[in-house]
Amino acid sequence: MARLLVSGAPHLHVKENTQSLMRDVLIALAPSLLVSIYFFGFSAIKLVLVGVISCVLVEYLIQKFIMKTKVTVNDLSATVTGCLLALNLPPSSPWWLVVIGAIVAIGIVKMTFGGLGQNIFNPALVGRVFLLISFPTLMTDWTIPESWFRTDVDAFTGATPLGIAKEGLAAGLTLPEIFAANEFTFREMFFIKAGGSVGEISALALILGFVYLLIRRVIKPHIPLIIVGTIAVMTGIFNLINPEIYTGPLFNIFTGGVLLGSIFMATDYVTSPMSVKGIVIYSIGIGVITVLIRYFGAYPEGISFAILIMNTTVPLLNKYCKPRRYAKEVKNG
Amino acid sequence: MKRTFSIGGIHPQENKLSREAHIETFPVLDVAYISMAQHLGAPAEPVVQKGDKVKVGQVIGKPTGFISTFVHSSVSGTVKAVEPKGDLAGNPVMHIVIDVEGDEWCEEINRSKDIVREIPFSSEEILEKIKNAGVVGLGGAAFPTHVKLNPPKDKKAEYLIINGTECEPYITSDDRIMRERPDEIVIGAAIMMKALKVDKCYIGIEENKPEAIVSITRAASHYPDMKVVALKKKYPQGGEKQLIDALTGRKVPSLALPIEVGAVVQNVGTSLAVYEAVQKNKPLIDNVVTVTGNCVPQHRNFLVRVGTPFSKILNAIGGAPSDAAKFVSGGPMMGKAVANIEASTLKATSALLLLTEAETKRKEEGNCIRCGNCIDACPMGLEPYLLNKLSRIGGMYDELEKEKIHDCIECGCCLYSCPAHIPLLDIIRVSKAEVMNIMRNRSVKK
Amino acid sequence: MITTIIYTIVCLVVLGLLFSVVLYLVAQMFKVEEDPRVDIVESLLPGANCGGCGLAGCHAFAEDVVKASSIGSFYCPVGGDAVMEKIATALGQEAVKTEPRVAVIKCHGTFDNRAKTNCFDGYASCKVMASLYSGDTGCKYGCLGKGDCVSVCKFDAIHLDEKRGIVEVDEEKCVACGACVKVCPKSIIELRPKGPKNRRVYVSCSNKDKGAIARKACSVSCIGCGKCAKVCAFEAITIENNLAYIDASKCKLCRKCIDECPTNAIWAVNFPLKVAVTPNKVEVQNPVVKNEN
Repeated sequence: MARLLVSGAPHLHVKENTQSLMRDVLIALAPSLLVSIYFFGFSAIKLVLVGVISCVLVEYLIQKFIMKTKVTVNDLSATVTGCLLALNLPPSSPWWLVVIGAIVAIGIVKMTFGGLGQNIFNPALVGRVFLLISFPTLMTDWTIPESWFRTDVDAFTGATPLGIAKEGLAAGLTLPEIFAANEFTFREMFFIKAGGSVGEISALALILGFVYLLIRRVIKPHIPLIIVGTIAVMTGIFNLINPEIYTGPLFNIFTGGVLLGSIFMATDYVTSPMSVKGIVIYSIGIGVITVLIRYFGAYPEGISFAILIMNTTVPLLNKYCKPRRYAKEVKNG
Repeated sequence: MKRTFSIGGIHPQENKLSREAHIETFPVLDVAYISMAQHLGAPAEPVVQKGDKVKVGQVIGKPTGFISTFVHSSVSGTVKAVEPKGDLAGNPVMHIVIDVEGDEWCEEINRSKDIVREIPFSSEEILEKIKNAGVVGLGGAAFPTHVKLNPPKDKKAEYLIINGTECEPYITSDDRIMRERPDEIVIGAAIMMKALKVDKCYIGIEENKPEAIVSITRAASHYPDMKVVALKKKYPQGGEKQLIDALTGRKVPSLALPIEVGAVVQNVGTSLAVYEAVQKNKPLIDNVVTVTGNCVPQHRNFLVRVGTPFSKILNAIGGAPSDAAKFVSGGPMMGKAVANIEASTLKATSALLLLTEAETKRKEEGNCIRCGNCIDACPMGLEPYLLNKLSRIGGMYDELEKEKIHDCIECGCCLYSCPAHIPLLDIIRVSKAEVMNIMRNRSVKK
Repeated sequence: MITTIIYTIVCLVVLGLLFSVVLYLVAQMFKVEEDPRVDIVESLLPGANCGGCGLAGCHAFAEDVVKASSIGSFYCPVGGDAVMEKIATALGQEAVKTEPRVAVIKCHGTFDNRAKTNCFDGYASCKVMASLYSGDTGCKYGCLGKGDCVSVCKFDAIHLDEKRGIVEVDEEKCVACGACVKVCPKSIIELRPKGPKNRRVYVSCSNKDKGAIARKACSVSCIGCGKCAKVCAFEAITIENNLAYIDASKCKLCRKCIDECPTNAIWAVNFPLKVAVTPNKVEVQNPVVKNEN
């Protein structure tokens, strides 16, 4: 018989590991990927493939030749970042845009901080925001590319509902007028909506992914539910006060990147707080900032910035919001 | 909805493969190796020497301090040697080696199987009998029972808790004794209630042992102040602090013992040993040991005499299977890995597990991904990822104390749940000892 | 447009002046009076803050050395004699010469010499391993081979030889700061004098078990037979707990003990190669020419 193993207790372990968790995230993203491939055809495939390959390549090169440490690309975290980055971009983005995003996301945001588990900011989001600020016209070009799966291209204008609403309000129109002119229907927004980034177009697909992640116990429901809840309450109040200029809860939840952001980006382990108390504060913060940017800020979409801003508060939240301890008091003496 | 403790916990696969194996008496030994370090606290001092003849139940070691107790011979024969031998970790410990001749028991021991219900002894007499029988906590920690049942004058016991949860995977020794000897266990509980002078007793049993719940409930029907509570299956339900939380809702403060909230917790095995000690004058010389594992062809629950070498137990099941990679004495979550197969069983040895490489070999460590699984799992509400980080920096003893590293009960839930395979408990355990040493030195200086 | 620029510049200049005045006043208010010699001494020190002197960093060393009446009890192992002389001159005192020392690993239980009896599967740290059990070989005193000493060395002077399974000291880089000595849970590292021409003789074993047990566990263990002590003409060798120990102050490096040792447990470092005949073997080469076997 071979030599016995000896170690300290415990002597058992869960089956899950980092790779299996990341794999589950990819599976949860699958419905959205499939919908976007149906909708955008080759462009979607191109963006996702380039995103994944460039993220993995950047991580591999940096780990092997610059950091000279063990290469960990098979833990699939770079793959997930690649997918999320691609899903955050407009469907007609050129391939090199994704590559730049990948270099920023993995190279700067993740690797310079020390690799997996060490970054403060969500890599895919910083990649997206970097591209948004550096290439504003490309990043707001919502032209829908052709897809060989569907032929009804004319039915969709290509601009995002949020963008249309913001421009309309800036032009002095009231919301009822904007809505009348643009035929936003709830059914469209929920299943497949007009315009948006590659991953935003089907709320149903994203929610399916959310349910999968919950069943597999990859994430807890707190972050998405509280973000959506905060947005719903806040926009509900504003909408009641003045429905002419403030969009309502349903509109705000199902347009833009709220669902994609709250389910897949804000729930990123590394950049979210560790205790339930911290998570609640974090999620409410994201919700509030998103609504503020949408109503009063210069950008039509606020969730990316909101998540990044709240990422900066996470170390502080981890320091002061501790989990519930078993023993509160300490015995005297 | 069954009761359970309120913070943390995990749900490992229970693998109670041996639950239907009736308790069988292990065959008589040729040589017994009885350790003097059978309990928490100071080891016992040998009172026999080479050449002495001993009987089963005869005192061969006497206590050497307040937290110490007697050790008795589990066999009859001649003392071959009194010498250091390796324990299961390979560290030398004083042993008494006895060449077995026959199976002669001391006269005062009542070997009949009759159930004796009357408890004509006073509280002090009970404690004395328990001490003289060398009874120790059989939940694993082996704390001398007579000390636990005799709290300091300024602390009042309000209730006795009997721990029948057996929350660790694989082990079924408690399950079997609850099914086969429920009356003795319950009378043992009544004896301990008398010793503690309490009138309330809870017996907690996990819901995965329905037969045991039935048999203990039936036995406890004789005692109206004993309440059997079925608990949700969750590890570590059997941890003292968690069990008290589940049964009474009270939380033991940091750095304090359960007596602080009026609780005294004893294992069902200890309860049985107390019955035997007080009603039958039988000292603690044997214990039920579950021998099991995924690679073991036949799962057994042996009644083993103290001092049986592990190698002998392996022979009894036909030798160690070829795919057994690790032997564990105790449960897979808190038991000790056996480095030395020639080591022998102690009073509190409850199982010998044979684990395969697939289920136990550690995987390579990755980066902490801050998933928080360790925090969700920790039953004491600590943050293992942070304790690990601070420990690795080195010298951060004040910060570790602030993060309450001394509250860690070393249950292993954190290491078990970490997807990055970080050996959290390995590091926290060593760090905790250092911090508690510093805290102890600080209070000594005061 | 130009007025904006002027206003901005004026604003910044005024703020800058204001803050500099405030900072200067605060610095003067909260200034800590320190002996100016402390800064002088500190500037002479290497600045590694290694703790090798036994104090908490170079500034602490400088403070204590200035406060003390004589610098005799202080020594900076990194700076060595050169730096201590300069400090002595700066403080107007005589420098004290001490013998250079080096860390010595008292174990040669490599994979070849010492068979493994089990396979350690926990976190790879000597401290964790030592707190858990007696080790993965038959010798419970020897090097555990997980490299806690390697991590703690600030001078890159100690390395884990993965192929052989023990650690080795690079005597060129070792400054005898003592960090590895403190961290080793088996206490097998000792600071010994480097010796004349960097030559030294020591018993490379820490095993206190009886001879038979030690020998079974490791083929180069000290079995406590005492032959070395008997043959030593300078009474430099003592046997305690089945283990021989060579007193460096008495050892004259004659190496007669090495010829007597039946298990090759005694090592001589930096000597020229010597071929000897011992009672047990026909011909044996002296172990260790220069830190390698």
